[in-house]
Amino acid sequence: MGKPLGFKDFNRQTPKKLIANDRIKNWKEIYLNWPKTDIQDQGARCMDCGVPFCHTGCPLGNKIPEFNDLVYKDEWQKALEVLHSTNNFPEFTGRICPAPCEASCVLNINQDPVTIEYIEKSIIETGFENGWVVPQYPKVRTGKKVAVVGSGPAGLATAQQLNKAGHTVTVFERDDYIGGLLRIGIPEFKLEKEIVERRINIMSEEGVEFVTGTNIGVDIKHEELLDSFDAICLSGGSTIPRDLPIPGRELKGVYFAMEYLTQQNKELSGEYIDPSEKISAEGKKVVIIGGGDTGADCLGTAHRQSAEIIYQYELLSEPPLVRPENNPWPYWPLTLRSSSAHEEGGIREFSVLTKSFSGENGILKKLHGIKVEWKQDENGRPVLLEIPGTEFEIEADLVLLAMGFVNPQQEGIINQLQVELDSRNNVNTNNEHMTNIDKVFSSGDMNRGQSLVVWAIAEGREAAHHIDKYLMGVTTLPQSLPGALPR
Amino acid sequence: MSFNYNIKNKGLYYPSFDHDACGVGMVANIYGKASNEIIQQGLTILDNLAHRGACGADPDTGDGGGILLSIPHDFFVKQLSVDNITIPAVGEYAVGMVFIPNNDKDISACKKQIQNIIEDENIEILGWRNVPVKDEIIGYDAKSSMPLIVQVFVKKPINLVSDDDFEKKLYVVRKRIEISSMKLNLNNYDDFYFCSFSCRTIVYKGLLTPEQVKDFYPDLGDPLFKSWFGLVHSRFSTNTLGKWKLSHPYRYVAHNGEINTVRGNSNWMSSREKIITAESFGEDVTKIVPILEQGDSDTASLDKVFELLALSGRSLPHVMAMMVPQAWESDNAISPELRAFYEYHSCLMEPWDGPALVAFTNGKQLGANLDRNGLRPFRYSVTSDGLIVMSSETGVLELDPKKIEIRGRLQPGKMMLIDPEQGRIIFDDEIKENLANLQPYKEWVDNNLTRLESLPEITLGNYRDSIENLSSLQRSFGYTDEELRMLLVPMVQNGTEAIGSMGTDTPIAILSNKTQSVFSYFKQLFAQVSNPPLDAIREELVTSLEAPVGCEQELFKETELHCQQLKLTSPILTNKELNQIKNIDKPGLKTATISCLFNTSSSKQNLAKTIDQICKEVVISINQGNTLIVLSDRDVSLQMAAIPSLLILAAVHHDLIRRGLRSKVGLIVESGEPREVMHFALLLGYGAAAINPYLAYATFDSMLIKGEITVKDLDYAIQNYKKAIHKGLLKIASKMGISTIQSYRGAQIFECIGFNDQLIEKYFCWTPSRIGGIGIKEIEQDTIERHVKAFSEHRTPSLLDLDSGGQYQWRRDGEYHMYNPISIAKLQESARTGSYPTYKEFAELIDKQDQQLATLRGLLEFIESKDPLDISEVESADKIVKRFATGAISLGAISPEAHETLAIAMNKIGARSNTGEGGEDSRRFTIDEDGSNRNSAIKQIASGRFGVTTNYLVNATDLQIKMAQGSKPGEGGQLPGDKVDEYIGGVRHTTPGVELISPPPHHDIYSIEDLAQLIHDLKNVNSNARIHVKLVAEAGVGTIAAGVSKAHGDVVLISGDSGGTGASPETSIKHAGLPWELGIAETQQVLVENNLRGRIVVQADGQLKTGRDVAIACLLGAEEFGFATGPLVTLGCIMLRKCHLNACSVGIATQDPELRKNFAGEAEHVINYFYFVAEHMREIMASLGFRTVNDMVGRVDKLDIRTAINHWKAKGLDFSKLLYRPKKADEVDTYCVSSQDHELEKALDNILIKDAEKALNDRQAIKINKTIKNSNRTVGAMLSGEVAKKYGEEGLPDDTITIDFKGSAGQSFGAFLAKGISFNLEGDANDYIGKGLSGGRISVKPPKETKFLPEQNIITGNVSLYGATGGEMYLRGMAGERFAVRNSGALAVVEGVGDHCCEYMTGGIVVVIGKTGRNFAAGMSGGIAYVFDPEGSFGEKCNSEMVQVGKFDINEDQIVLKNLIENHLKYTGSENAKRILSDWENNKTLFLKIMPIAYKNVLHKQGLALPREMERILNG
Repeated sequence: MGKPLGFKDFNRQTPKKLIANDRIKNWKEIYLNWPKTDIQDQGARCMDCGVPFCHTGCPLGNKIPEFNDLVYKDEWQKALEVLHSTNNFPEFTGRICPAPCEASCVLNINQDPVTIEYIEKSIIETGFENGWVVPQYPKVRTGKKVAVVGSGPAGLATAQQLNKAGHTVTVFERDDYIGGLLRIGIPEFKLEKEIVERRINIMSEEGVEFVTGTNIGVDIKHEELLDSFDAICLSGGSTIPRDLPIPGRELKGVYFAMEYLTQQNKELSGEYIDPSEKISAEGKKVVIIGGGDTGADCLGTAHRQSAEIIYQYELLSEPPLVRPENNPWPYWPLTLRSSSAHEEGGIREFSVLTKSFSGENGILKKLHGIKVEWKQDENGRPVLLEIPGTEFEIEADLVLLAMGFVNPQQEGIINQLQVELDSRNNVNTNNEHMTNIDKVFSSGDMNRGQSLVVWAIAEGREAAHHIDKYLMGVTTLPQSLPGALPR
Repeated sequence: MSFNYNIKNKGLYYPSFDHDACGVGMVANIYGKASNEIIQQGLTILDNLAHRGACGADPDTGDGGGILLSIPHDFFVKQLSVDNITIPAVGEYAVGMVFIPNNDKDISACKKQIQNIIEDENIEILGWRNVPVKDEIIGYDAKSSMPLIVQVFVKKPINLVSDDDFEKKLYVVRKRIEISSMKLNLNNYDDFYFCSFSCRTIVYKGLLTPEQVKDFYPDLGDPLFKSWFGLVHSRFSTNTLGKWKLSHPYRYVAHNGEINTVRGNSNWMSSREKIITAESFGEDVTKIVPILEQGDSDTASLDKVFELLALSGRSLPHVMAMMVPQAWESDNAISPELRAFYEYHSCLMEPWDGPALVAFTNGKQLGANLDRNGLRPFRYSVTSDGLIVMSSETGVLELDPKKIEIRGRLQPGKMMLIDPEQGRIIFDDEIKENLANLQPYKEWVDNNLTRLESLPEITLGNYRDSIENLSSLQRSFGYTDEELRMLLVPMVQNGTEAIGSMGTDTPIAILSNKTQSVFSYFKQLFAQVSNPPLDAIREELVTSLEAPVGCEQELFKETELHCQQLKLTSPILTNKELNQIKNIDKPGLKTATISCLFNTSSSKQNLAKTIDQICKEVVISINQGNTLIVLSDRDVSLQMAAIPSLLILAAVHHDLIRRGLRSKVGLIVESGEPREVMHFALLLGYGAAAINPYLAYATFDSMLIKGEITVKDLDYAIQNYKKAIHKGLLKIASKMGISTIQSYRGAQIFECIGFNDQLIEKYFCWTPSRIGGIGIKEIEQDTIERHVKAFSEHRTPSLLDLDSGGQYQWRRDGEYHMYNPISIAKLQESARTGSYPTYKEFAELIDKQDQQLATLRGLLEFIESKDPLDISEVESADKIVKRFATGAISLGAISPEAHETLAIAMNKIGARSNTGEGGEDSRRFTIDEDGSNRNSAIKQIASGRFGVTTNYLVNATDLQIKMAQGSKPGEGGQLPGDKVDEYIGGVRHTTPGVELISPPPHHDIYSIEDLAQLIHDLKNVNSNARIHVKLVAEAGVGTIAAGVSKAHGDVVLISGDSGGTGASPETSIKHAGLPWELGIAETQQVLVENNLRGRIVVQADGQLKTGRDVAIACLLGAEEFGFATGPLVTLGCIMLRKCHLNACSVGIATQDPELRKNFAGEAEHVINYFYFVAEHMREIMASLGFRTVNDMVGRVDKLDIRTAINHWKAKGLDFSKLLYRPKKADEVDTYCVSSQDHELEKALDNILIKDAEKALNDRQAIKINKTIKNSNRTVGAMLSGEVAKKYGEEGLPDDTITIDFKGSAGQSFGAFLAKGISFNLEGDANDYIGKGLSGGRISVKPPKETKFLPEQNIITGNVSLYGATGGEMYLRGMAGERFAVRNSGALAVVEGVGDHCCEYMTGGIVVVIGKTGRNFAAGMSGGIAYVFDPEGSFGEKCNSEMVQVGKFDINEDQIVLKNLIENHLKYTGSENAKRILSDWENNKTLFLKIMPIAYKNVLHKQGLALPREMERILNG
């Protein structure tokens, strides 16, 4: 298969991006189109390993060597078939996945990994261009009805899989938009909303029913749900953001990242936002607290809103540039990662603890912080130490809290159903993804806690496998999770 | 008499695994003049063949020896006159030589039975005679099993006219006695045995050493005891529980070799029994069946069938040519009549295939025949006074050189016959011409044998290529995406089998969680040691795919109806061909098609019922006159699934054998299931004549349409596919030493893992299956599961058509692999960080197989001691790691960096690394400045002998003879030219850029006694080194290991099937060899049972990964342990499985300089790992209560079956045989406590070294004279070892030590002769002269007194100069087969050679100034040969696949050639050389130059004007 020494013939290439100064002027995707032959050369770099670590690094178990080879051989349609066999939504993961597959690529041991993610994206976009991505109708209808609560990537994957298996699926979404964070959380420049809608349309065509603006537990009570459906999958995500309960938190100008990002997405969708409600970075001094992906999303959004200056503070110390010994390949590298937003500007600082906010008239004016260092206690656990004399304060008009999510929302359906939670307050499920309540399943962040889109899709597929088996006794829906590299 | 042979053994060993090999000799007076002198000469031969026999733990008990003679009439007259018995004239009476169980009850019962039956047949008993024996001279074991030996004399009844009739009657009597003896209720059936019962011949034999025969039987020394011939045999058996009756000679034959196809031959024979008619035996016909008995050895079976056919009227040569035909299929030199003779007889009987030198006699004539491959030596001399001496070796009888008229050898496929009536020797040409003209065979064949290609095309019919529900069918038959990509595409696209690398680490079929085909439970058997695998590629001329199929006729008659059969040229049928067969309309040929589907939805156990039903249908079809039956699974549907094709075929095959109908019909399989080579091999092996894999064809059709393959059209695709299958089939058959598909058919050369006894007995009768397993119900369940899933309505869109597979490459949804991303990651992390807890995490993943079973050992659990030891009481890890070795990974397979890192690591901890095949850079023999020692302790000697120089051998602590490799036992290897860089070429003594081929066999090991010889050779070169023999686990490996111990191997390594490889066919990686658990357990059981364990170390390897693996290997019987993949993973290997592509991205399995830079392994990492394993082992030892490893060896009582296992298929496994502890274990040594006695003190070299002291110490030139005889073996090797130790690769200046010998040299004369030593022999020599020649010079010429023409007579044996790396050889006379095989540097001149000269040669120059045999230069990739060809007949004898044959193309040719011929004249005084030189200008134009094309191109590319060997000569 492929070209055994392709990796010697070709270097890793990624598609060209719009230059930073230009791209922050609009909300469009930043990558330029990539000539097909270049992509094929990249496919040729794949070694078709005897033990393809990428295939385990990918939570979905994407058959990466197979599609790389097919791309190399210019067999795009077959590649699409292979890709779709493990991944319902490669157009999402092909854009916003941090690509653990590439981290675990065997070439990554001593050279640059195969550009798996861009190849993935190219396959699916080639598929759309050529009209190969068409609704997949089930062969038979089973007559079983399934409710999926939540339309994020996990819910969508659960729904699409179950629909393929012939079940009648209704997806409930309390928001007005289908797609969860894909639709309203992730900025347009990373994932254009048409891309999400394109897929939703196909799913509708396939027979999945989407009900928006309906808050399960509020608009529809749990009894009704249990009565009307043969199985229910809770896929509501991990929605409670981690807060920063320090003095000044209540000041106007301190927001959760998701408030900020959601609003921008809705505005771009043409919704009217009351100027008094508008959280804008325009001309402002912005501080983003949290050094992760959401923080970076805020950064990119703030650039595009023409902030005056943007700081991004991370509590942890700056990760190394290369893997430390205790974090070997093929595991996810805990090294410094920079997203496209970092290329666009901003000041990034590590080991910063925000102590308080201060303001005038209830309006945020300053952030007060201190530098910290991380030591280990006698048990080897990390301890945070403030460094005396490093206290500082800076002017800030807008602070965005991007420190992750703690757990799913419990009020509403979770409490009503009396679903058991795990130690981290996520929904507890057994090996078959079922909660303690018969016929109630859960998938995605609601089940496993906050994670990546790719994990959410994998969760959704896995849950669908078990739900189908629960409903029918047997299933042909594939599993996703077994064999995934633990994180 | 081994009737009712019960093989329900407690352990893993079955008696049928035994092998033997031997020395055979005969001496006769051509005029039939009887004398006692002949007998004495025969006994002398036996004495001189003693070194070819063996002795077991009890040195005075031999493996068996004996002599077959004509009846000593005068002697008997005198002896019986004492009892007043009058013996009638010669021919009017017969003597039975009988072994009777030696206890009063059995004696009277046996004698009574003999008497009753003889009298019942109206024969008069003249008297009995107790044969006097001197049992005080024989060993304890022999004596304790000694039967009473008696002779019974009977008178020829007057109603019998000829002595032939008398012999026939005696046969009937003997058969009746044999068959009825099981009713006698004897204490020991085995001891009741007729050595002979004849009016012409008598056999004196016993469980004796060769030397004991003459003294044990005082009869033989009586001057009145006279015979006109003596046929002697000394046996080397792999077991020691020898039996008196297993000694040779048998009644008609003495055999040296193995009949590999004996299982099939006896199956076919037993079905033929039923069609024997009364004509030949009259009413006696019912008394002689069964002809063969279950449990008969190959020789016993051969002898019995030979006897039967000879008695029924065919001449001895006729019978021999029928049973062991020459390779006639592709021999253009034989006449059309002879070809027809063979083709006709192929319709009567399949060849008895395997290496076989058969000497045979009926007392009236005496003959010998050599099998088609010529893998056994047989030399003869004829004197002017009518004496002929034939033997496995020359020099066994001293003959006056003046009287010798011919010195010859028996050639492959040739026969010779001594007919005293005519008073002459009849040679092959005449014998065969007579045979060819016995009947109008050609006319018969032309008129009756139908050739498939001559059948009319069928246009009607419904054969089709494409199939509508293709993917459902593919799923139902278990096709996977991986199979299409990895196995089928290469076959269809390129006509070759897929190549892969590294070992297999997936669960065996019975432990897999995936549904499995019936095929996947079988493992190919292969030849190792006891007989050689063949090279089906380079020695293609002996192979054949052709076979007739149809209804057989009675064996005793010959009519033209006998060949009313269908001749197939290939066992793989296209749809069109099958359709032609289905519609055949010819006399004697009629086809029925029987559907082999079963209903998946009806009640339970439908499969077994359906199979029974089909068997009945087959019988009905046969009764209706059908002679061909197609078992078809076409038209599979949702309801109806296919019965697994192998199951239904084997079921029908064995059902028909039981009913005696099998030979009435040919079976053809039309199935969607078979697709890879192994499937076809199994179907043929269980009796199919041909297979039509229609779904494979349909798959190609669809792949063509989808553009997944790019061949021209479907026909072309199928052609390629068939080509690949053909090659693969011949390869699988040749692994077992079988050359023809006809004899492979039904030979059942497989072992099964995971079928229970009922399943085996009913459908796969006589297949070894030693750990029980599933039954028909589980097969049904598996088949239905797969089928239902395949056809299920509930299929989901966007699923791929086929499962991913994951057998060859790991996939998440595919088959489980022990080395998976997580286990690899953990192992690497632990080794790099030195973290034992992380290692334990790794070990847990491997060992704790509660989620996913993978190995047999995963099913075992330790019985922990109630009083565990504190770990501090257990021997230290430092000690334990010394028992570890790394596997034989060649430099070539892996990079120098990786190879050296392993060596440094192992040397640092006192363990051993292994060179692998391919030599080692001599710079590594000295310690580096930084103290690193890169010298591999174990030096391997593999079949290619690359870089095996004397210096290489002396720089080792261990020398390992690689008989087989776990990933591809029975196969050779190939290193592609692009992996042979300057460095590797140098180390291997070959030209960089030139492809290197390792032959499947060691050409100096065709049998166990040959192995003993190589062990002896190596021990001579380096007496300090332990000699290892590396074997691969298979059914019977224990008996081979016993043979190794008897052959004085110091270590026997049992490799599991899962070991790694740098490149092997994927089907071999998967389907050959057994898990080491079985191999080690069997080895321990057999060695202990035979009291051979105490003198040999047992080492285990093959995917050992953790301390638990080591502990289990130890408890099963190993005390040393080898690892290969594990250490490589610690060095960075991530199981890319790309070793064969030179594309290893981590710089391990590659020679690419750029990739090698990526190598990041460190010796410390390897050391960490080995200490972890040792520590883990210590923990287990403590818990079991063992202080030392030695205490633990073989303690199977500490193992039990894991109770927690819940696996639906594994439930039926039965490990009682695996965990069997021989009773003897309490009495004898169970681990190695002593060293082997190599008898080096007897070596002539001890004297030579002493005589050469001055030369060795001071480089003073000396000259020595010595006489030599054939029992002086391996002369020169020890002396050369001394030279190498002192002077390294350089050696001494030329002619520093010159030794002139007189006499017949034994085997391996001048082996590994070092530079500076010259051997001049006046006389002749045996096999392996100049083996491994390392710079010395050898010349051989006949004695001065000789009258015969040297250039027309044989002077040296087979396989001269094997693996020579340098030096010179001049032979005034002809050499045998395989001259200069694998030569990589020696220069030689010889006056004639046998077949396969210069095979696999990679360097050096060979000059032949005489006749050559066939297949010259096969696989030759380097060096030059010059052949004097005045008759212009050389062309057809050359295998020109790799070489170019032409005239001189450069001026240097004639300079070099002349120089060599002048040398030849100088050293041998050759008249032939003188003649050629005397008219050089003319004669030089009559020479041909043979040079490999690739070699030429490489030289050209490298800008070298001349090959290095020519340069060397030109520069003097």
